[in-house]
Amino acid sequence: MPIALYRIDDRLIHGQVVVGWGQPLELRFIVLVDDEVAASEWEQELYRMGVPPEMTVHFFSVEDAVVALPELQADARPGLVLAGDIDTMMRLVEQSGHTIAAVNLGGIHHSPGRTPRLRYVFLTAAEESGLRAIERLGVEVTAQDVPNARPVPLDELLTSTLDS
Amino acid sequence: MTDEAERSVEAPVRAVIAAHGTFAAGIVSAVDQITGRGTMFRAISNSGLCLDDIQETLARTLDETGARVIFTDLPAGSCTMAVRRLLRGRPDVALITGINLTLLLDFAMQDDADPVAAAHTALERGRASMVAHGA
Repeated sequence: MPIALYRIDDRLIHGQVVVGWGQPLELRFIVLVDDEVAASEWEQELYRMGVPPEMTVHFFSVEDAVVALPELQADARPGLVLAGDIDTMMRLVEQSGHTIAAVNLGGIHHSPGRTPRLRYVFLTAAEESGLRAIERLGVEVTAQDVPNARPVPLDELLTSTLDS
Repeated sequence: MTDEAERSVEAPVRAVIAAHGTFAAGIVSAVDQITGRGTMFRAISNSGLCLDDIQETLARTLDETGARVIFTDLPAGSCTMAVRRLLRGRPDVALITGINLTLLLDFAMQDDADPVAAAHTALERGRASMVAHGA
């Protein structure tokens, strides 16, 4: 089974990922791609303790994830690849040789300089350009926080405001 | 006006509850309805907040209230992750995750005990309170 979901979520491993997606997809592993977390044993232990025993977490820098991805994509068990920001996912898509067909934008929360797009998506101009760049690589980009929500296409996402 | 707002005597905040959606405010409301002691809790929601903002809100709340106990709803949740980061610099603070109403009621009734000790006692009561009946 190929990787079930490639997700951008600034909370990384949390309730929506482990329970919201993890249970319906019957996830058995999470590939957490983050250069900082990959360099910190303490951070890895924190995230490892957040998942149920039937789930394994692999921690990689972007560079190492590119090397490991073919084997993980060939794994028979359902898995989820998780990045904490758009730039990390863009680098992964760029370097993984057109093996990623779709990216899920699951949560980028408020911070100064970001424009509200959805209740769970706030983006800077540079982040919007990053999402467009991922799309230009032939990847379908949609925003969707939980499985039973409607996937919001990128064009709609980038023209929507929280008030509309 | 909420029940809590109607109480004339403000109790010191003994614990912070951080959770998804309106869980924290809801469970505080239930504690208050049953015991009248809802004001000893400060409720925080993670809605719309990134990890850094959750952590900052929690740190500010601990500083403002002097609370040494934090309750969260879900072991893998973002509130729990934020609290665990916070605990690195605050060894006197206790985190109890996976809470239920029985646990909070027990904690609320132990208002003369040290809050950290009360939280650990309440944890055992809360854990034991889940029982199946019928089929």
